[in-house]
Amino acid sequence: MHGAKYLPRHRMKMQTCKVRVLILILLCLCAAPASAQMNNPYTEDEGEQAVLYESFSERPKHMDPAVAYNATEYAFIAQIYEPPFQYHYLKRPYQVVPLTATRMPEVIYLNRKGEKLDNGANDSDIAFTDYIIEIQPGIRYQPHPALAQNAQGDYEYHQLSTAQIDAATSLYDFKATGSRELTAEDYIYQIKRLAHPKIQSPIAEIMKNYIVGFDEFSKQIKDKPKAAIRDLPIAGATALSRYQYRIRIKGKYPQFIYWLAMPFFSPMPWEADVFYDQAGLADKNITLDWFPIGTGPYLLAENNPNRRMILLKNPLFHLETYPTDGEPEDKQKGLLADAGKQLPFIDKVVFMLEKETIPYWTKFLQGYYDASGIASDSFDQAIQFTGSGGVALTPTMLEKGIQLQTSVTVSNFYMGFNMLDATVGGATEQARKLRQAIAIAVDYEEYISIFTNGRGVAAQGVLPPGIYGVDDKAGINPYVYELLNGKAQRKKIDAARQLMTEAGYANGIDPKTKEALILYFDTTATSVDDRPRMNWYRKQFEKLGIKLVIRSTDYNRFQEKMRTGNAQIFVWGWNADYPDPENFFFLLYGANSKVQYGGENASNYHSPEFDRLFEQMRNMDNSEQRYRIIQQMQEIVRHDAPWVFGYHPKNFSLFHGWYKNLKPNLMANNQLKYTRIDTAARAGKRQQWNEPVFWPLVLGGAVFVLMLIPAINAYRRRARETKL
Amino acid sequence: MSQYIIRRLLYSLPLLMGVNILTFVLFFVVNSPDDMARMQLGQKHVTVQAIANWKQQHGYDVPLLWNSDAQGEKKITDTIFYQKSVGLFLFRFGVSDSGRNIGADIKERAWPSLAVALPTLTVGLLVNICFALLMVLFRNSYLEHVGIVLCVILMSISSLFYIIGGQFFIGKVLKLVPISGYDDGMAAIKFLILPVMIGVFSGIGSGARWYRTLFLEEVEKDYVRTARAKGLSETQTLFQHVLPNAMIPILTGVVVVLPLLFMGSLIMESFFSIPGLGSYTIDAINSQDFTIVRAMVFLGSVLYVIGLLLTDISYTLVDPRVRLS
Repeated sequence: MHGAKYLPRHRMKMQTCKVRVLILILLCLCAAPASAQMNNPYTEDEGEQAVLYESFSERPKHMDPAVAYNATEYAFIAQIYEPPFQYHYLKRPYQVVPLTATRMPEVIYLNRKGEKLDNGANDSDIAFTDYIIEIQPGIRYQPHPALAQNAQGDYEYHQLSTAQIDAATSLYDFKATGSRELTAEDYIYQIKRLAHPKIQSPIAEIMKNYIVGFDEFSKQIKDKPKAAIRDLPIAGATALSRYQYRIRIKGKYPQFIYWLAMPFFSPMPWEADVFYDQAGLADKNITLDWFPIGTGPYLLAENNPNRRMILLKNPLFHLETYPTDGEPEDKQKGLLADAGKQLPFIDKVVFMLEKETIPYWTKFLQGYYDASGIASDSFDQAIQFTGSGGVALTPTMLEKGIQLQTSVTVSNFYMGFNMLDATVGGATEQARKLRQAIAIAVDYEEYISIFTNGRGVAAQGVLPPGIYGVDDKAGINPYVYELLNGKAQRKKIDAARQLMTEAGYANGIDPKTKEALILYFDTTATSVDDRPRMNWYRKQFEKLGIKLVIRSTDYNRFQEKMRTGNAQIFVWGWNADYPDPENFFFLLYGANSKVQYGGENASNYHSPEFDRLFEQMRNMDNSEQRYRIIQQMQEIVRHDAPWVFGYHPKNFSLFHGWYKNLKPNLMANNQLKYTRIDTAARAGKRQQWNEPVFWPLVLGGAVFVLMLIPAINAYRRRARETKL
Repeated sequence: MSQYIIRRLLYSLPLLMGVNILTFVLFFVVNSPDDMARMQLGQKHVTVQAIANWKQQHGYDVPLLWNSDAQGEKKITDTIFYQKSVGLFLFRFGVSDSGRNIGADIKERAWPSLAVALPTLTVGLLVNICFALLMVLFRNSYLEHVGIVLCVILMSISSLFYIIGGQFFIGKVLKLVPISGYDDGMAAIKFLILPVMIGVFSGIGSGARWYRTLFLEEVEKDYVRTARAKGLSETQTLFQHVLPNAMIPILTGVVVVLPLLFMGSLIMESFFSIPGLGSYTIDAINSQDFTIVRAMVFLGSVLYVIGLLLTDISYTLVDPRVRLS
C-alpha cells in the first residue's frame, strides 16, 4: 500500500521544504510593494523626454501631402509638412495666419489682358487673381537620406546600386542624412505634383478649375516620370525669387486661401521624388507615401502602421512661438501661459494602433493614453447630464482629474430627398409640403438623444454653428420650428399632418392607391446593430401614416443608386474642407447635381434663384451684402426642403489633467506643437492607478490545490483497489 | 516519397488555379473596378476622370477575363485576371491598391501572428492532453463527470467573452499585464501572456473532450488490457501505452494546422492590437483592396495544401503501417 505515512523520511522532508518555499514566494508576491507597473504597454524608457501617447484606429493609407485627405492621415502629416498658411490656434472665428510665409499673401486682381485691377473691381472684370506669397528664409528640411550629400556635393543616395537596394529593408537603413533650405521652388514643385496623373491627388480635378494651366500641365506630363516635372513650367505657379512665388488662379476665388492652409500645398523637395522613384525601393515599401520629408515640428521616426507610428521633434525646426493673443477668456483659462515660448513642447509622440474600444478606454483610464474619445459603451461611465440639460463629467472622471472638451463639428448629417423623384422630388407645392411635413415629423432632437448620447445639435439650416452667415440667435428654420420662450421648439405633429393633407395625402393615404403612402429609404445600414435606427426612422414616418420601406444595400450599390438617381430618401453627411458657407451651399448648387454632373449635390436640387445667389455669394469677401445673400439662400432651402436638415455632430473628447493648452480647433490639424504635458504628474498618477493586485491569483492557486486533493485521494484509492 | 510529394504538388496547381478563379469571380460579381476606385479615392471630389485615372494607374482599365478588342494571345493576357494572377504563382503578390508592397507586408506581419499562435498551440496541446488524460484516469467517477460538464461549459462560451473577460480581470482589475499591445523580440513576452492564456483556456473545452474520446477508444483495446494484466499501474498504462497510440490522430490534426498558424487570428489580434496577418485580410475586404484579398486567399490555399501534404507525411512517420504510394 502506498500512502503518505509510508514515505521515506528524506522525501517527506523535501516535500515540506517545497511547500514552505512555495508559501514564502506567495507571501512575497502578496506583500511586495508593487513598484513597477506590470501593465505598462510601453517598453522604452522615456528618460527626460516629454512623450505624448495617442492612438489611431485605422492605418493611414497615404502620407504624401498631395494625396492624403482624411483625418487619420492628417493626424500625422499635418505635424510634418508645412503649407504656407495655417489656422490661428486660439482665435475664433477661425482665422488663417502665416506659417512658413512671412505675411498673408498679396492678392492682385487682373483683367483678361493680364492688367492689374483695383481692389474694388467688379467680380465680372476679374479674369485672374494672383497670390504672391513670400516665405521665411532659413527654414530647413528635416534630416533625410534624400538630401544627403557627399564631400563633393553629390547626392549620396540618388543613384543607388542594386546591392544597396537589396540590402535596405527600411528608409532608416540609409544612414547618411542631409538637409537644405526651403525655397519657393519647392512649393511650385508640389503644385506640379498635384497635377501629375500618376500621383492621383484627390484635389487635382478641383484645381483644374482654378489654377491657370493646371489641366494643360497635367496632360503634358501624363507619361513622364514624377521627377521630370521639375524642369517643366506650369503657367499658374511661378517662383519669383528664392523666397517668393506666385499662384495665378482663374477669376476670383477668396476661398483659395483656405486651400493654401491645407497640406496639399506643402513644399516638396524635388530630391524626394528622385530618391524614392529608384526602382526596387517601392517593393520594400520605401516610398514618399510612407516616409515623409517636411519642414514641420516633427519628423516620422518610426512608420509601422500595423503597430505604432512615432513622431520625434525635428532637430532643424525653425523658430515658431506659441500665440500671444486669442479670445478674451483664453488668458483666464490659462491658454496663454505659454505665450511666446518656442514650439513644440513635446519631444516625442507615440501613436499606437488600437482597433477595439475596450482596451483603448481601459488604457486611457490607466493613464497610458493622454487623450481619448468616448465610445457609446463607455459614455455613461464618463458623462452625466446636469439638471439644466448640460453635460458634465461623472465623479469618477473628476476624481481622476480628467478634462472634458466639447465642440460642434464643422459638418452636417442630413436626410436628403432625391429631387428627381416623382413623389418626394420636384418643385411642386404638393411635393414641397410632403417634404416639409416629413421634416417636422423626423424628430432629430430625439435621434440625437437616443443614438448619439446627446452628442449633436439639431440643424436649423445648411450651415453649422460657427460658420460665417449663421444667425445663432434668431436663425431658426420657421418651417420646422417655432420660437417658444426664446427657444426653438419643433412644431407639433398636427402641423405636419395638416401639411400632409394640403399635399393631398390626408392621414398618409396615397390617393392613387387608396392605401398608406409608401416611401423608400436607401441606406448602407445593413448590420443588426443598425436595426434600432432603421426602426426609429420607420416610426417617424408612421406618425404621418407613411409606410417607410428600408432598402439596405452595400456601399457600392448605394453609391450607384445615388449616381443614377434611383434613391428616394437617404441620409448623407458632409465634413467641411474649410470654414466658409460656400463649402456647404455648393452641396445644393444645381451645377453640382450628382445625377447630371457627378457632383456633390446628392439631392439633385436645382433652384434657379438659389443658383444665382450662390454664384454671387461664392466669390464675395465677407460683408454685409454677403451675409444678406446667405440669409436669402438659407430661406430658399428651408422653404424648398430638399433636405431634412438633420444635425451637426458634437465632439466629446477627454484629456487627462496633465494635458495642457487644450482648445478644440476643428480646422487646424497641426495642434500637437501647441500641446504640453506635465510628465511628472503623469508618472505619479500612473504609479497610483496601476499597482498590481496579486491576492486573487494566490487565492485561485490555493483553491486549485484544494481541488486537487480529492482527485489525488480518489486516484490513490483507485490504485489501491486495483492492486488488491 | 519524393515522387509522391511532387505528384501532390502538381495536383495542387489546378486546385490553386480554381481557388484563384473563384476568388476573382466572387469579388468582381459584387465589385466593379469603378467601385474599387471610388473606395480608394475616398468620398470627396471623386470625378469620372479621377476614377478613369485610378483604373489606368492600377491596371483595371482592361476587361476582366476576355479582351475582345485585342489580337491573338492578348485577348487573354490583356485582361485584369491574367495580369493580376500570373505573379501569384511566383509568389510575387505585387502592390496593394493603396500602394504598399504586399509581399513585404506579409513578411512583416506573419511573425507576430506566429508569436501568438505557436505558443497557444503548444501550451494548449499540453494542457488539453493533460486534462483529457486526467478525465480518462478518473473515468466513471464524479471527477470525470465534473470534467465533462466543465468542458461543455467552456465550449459553450463565446471566445469573445474570454477575451473581454480576460482583459478585464487580468489587465484591468489585477493590472498584471498590458491589456493590449505588442513589441519586438523578448519584450513581446509580456504582451503575449494574456492572449496565449486566453487562447489556451478557450480551447480547453473542445480540445480536452476530443482527446478524451481518442484516449477512451484506446483504453478499451486489448493491448491496454494486456498491459494492465501484466501488472502495470493505471498511470503507466496511460502514459506508456495509451498516449503514444492516441497521439497519431492528435499529431496529424496538429500538423495540418501548422502552416496556417502564420495566418493568425482575426479577433485575438484585433483585440490585443497584435500586428499580425489575422486582421490584414479583413481590413483588405473592408477597404475592397482586391489585390490583398486575392493574395491572402491564395496564400491560405497554398498553406492548406502544404498542411495536408505534411499530414500525409506525418502519418508515415508515426504509424509504420502507412506507406505513401
